[in-house]
Amino acid sequence: MLTLSPEDWTAIGVTLRLCLFTTLILLVIGTPIALWLAAGNSRLRSVVQALVALPLVLPPTVLGFYLLLALGPQGWIGGTLQRLGLDHLAFTFTGILIGSVIYSLPFTVQPLQQAFRQAGRRPLEVAASLGAGPLDRFCSITLPLARNGFVIAATLTFAHTLGEFGVILMIGGSIPGETHVLSTTIFSHAEAMNYAAAHRLSLLLIGAAFAVLFVVYLANGRRPPVVQP
Amino acid sequence: MTLKVSASVQYPNFTLEVNTALPTQGVTAVFGRSGCGKTSLLRIIAGIERCANAEVRFGDDIWQSGRHFLPLERRRIGLVFQEASLLPHLGVRDNLLYGYQRTPKHLRRLEPDTAIEQLGLEPLLQRKIDQLSGGERQRIALGRALLSSPQLLLLDEPLSALDAPSKRDILPYIERLASNFGVPVVYVSHAAGEIERLADHVAFMRDGQIDAVETLEQALARPDSPLFHDEGPATVLHGELHATDNAGLACFQSGSLTLRLPYSRGTMPRARLRIRARDVSLALDPPTRISILNHLPMRIQAIRPACEGRVVVEGRLADGQLLLSEISQWSCQELELTTGTLIYALIKAVSLLD
Repeated sequence: MLTLSPEDWTAIGVTLRLCLFTTLILLVIGTPIALWLAAGNSRLRSVVQALVALPLVLPPTVLGFYLLLALGPQGWIGGTLQRLGLDHLAFTFTGILIGSVIYSLPFTVQPLQQAFRQAGRRPLEVAASLGAGPLDRFCSITLPLARNGFVIAATLTFAHTLGEFGVILMIGGSIPGETHVLSTTIFSHAEAMNYAAAHRLSLLLIGAAFAVLFVVYLANGRRPPVVQP
Repeated sequence: MTLKVSASVQYPNFTLEVNTALPTQGVTAVFGRSGCGKTSLLRIIAGIERCANAEVRFGDDIWQSGRHFLPLERRRIGLVFQEASLLPHLGVRDNLLYGYQRTPKHLRRLEPDTAIEQLGLEPLLQRKIDQLSGGERQRIALGRALLSSPQLLLLDEPLSALDAPSKRDILPYIERLASNFGVPVVYVSHAAGEIERLADHVAFMRDGQIDAVETLEQALARPDSPLFHDEGPATVLHGELHATDNAGLACFQSGSLTLRLPYSRGTMPRARLRIRARDVSLALDPPTRISILNHLPMRIQAIRPACEGRVVVEGRLADGQLLLSEISQWSCQELELTTGTLIYALIKAVSLLD
């Protein structure tokens, strides 16, 4: 039943690569942000919190539009890269990767922040009094206590990137093998009235998204994951 | 050697204004009502909170001064908090060993087996953290702190969340900390009973300030001591408890004094006996044919007014120890008591601090 065209397979490859890289990068960037946000309350933290949550409420096209301007040949990032003898990032895999990282940021930071808050400061104080330095405390206390938070953050980020459409279309266009992901391929199929092909990929996405969310709910002890603007 | 702390810190509902030197021999209690700043002081000593206007020195070590700040993990302090603070993702044994494993070999002064034996932890090793009672958790927390071979133990109301049987269960261990393990202890509490039992020195704290640092004897020698706010003045005698005789009475020996009390749970090499002043009546003649077990001669040293028409009579016993008695102003006048009078103290009740 599932006979996919070579283009479809290429799109699946690009999508998986995008999801994987986005998740890995966000775990590295998101953890310190979440640690800092969980460490207290202040006006600056509220500002950062709002910025992190912004992609949840903005239309993806708005984000994509400004990223396109910034990453393109005339933008301050793309332009700088060109002056350094490099290529600008509009319509490239790196471009949509940057877009995905920003777009999925709240899906990493919020579950992690929640997990760190829940673990509380007391275990860290105890560990410090027993001679554990900051890095030791992070590895032996924070990581294991926030383990579920990491599982949830990673799966949500992965799943959310899987379903990304607007941002990618704006920054990436639809270049096969480079920026042509599942969601944009489905769009192309539908536009070309190739409903059978669109069905196949759509069903595949539904299945994959369900599987990922199922894992999240299982890990989270059957509580809904907390992601909120 | 002392623990010098000076701090001037503004908190939302009080100001901590401290400049003091706490003794580091045996157990130093920090006593005061809830909310007087005891825990804040402890957090500054430990370095959990970094306050700009604070200075902490432990003996010759400077823990905090000016911009110098030694982080908690390098102060080698054992902390035990009010509520059980076991690391929830580790088992009993891993909790116990967490600090031990992080203590350099040449600084280790206690081996896990010794701690497990002395604190009676063997039966707990196989249990899950969430299946332990409050008292058992605190015992493990204590063992864990000791196994990091700390230079100083800070206990923040470690008994206040426990029920009476758990308290009785853990008190003997805390009592032996300073002598068995040779670690100075700072013990924060608002319970006078715990302090009378455990402390060698007492720092009295009120509204973010330390009013006085005294030995327990000094603290108990003044009838207006804050330790007496709940139950009125009392005397604490130090001594040893000898085996029960065939009348069912144990013998408490303190210097040349002997008191007898109903107690049947064996001998105690170091015991403290608490005698409330209002349980001590006074007689001018040696009492005969009376049911009260203990009467001791003493010479009146001072008579101070107490509340509501009562006075506290301070007497010196034959061996030099003080005993307080609270009687009515009227009785005092009727018996014509004055400083220097020889009287007999009739002790109606005593309680062993355990």
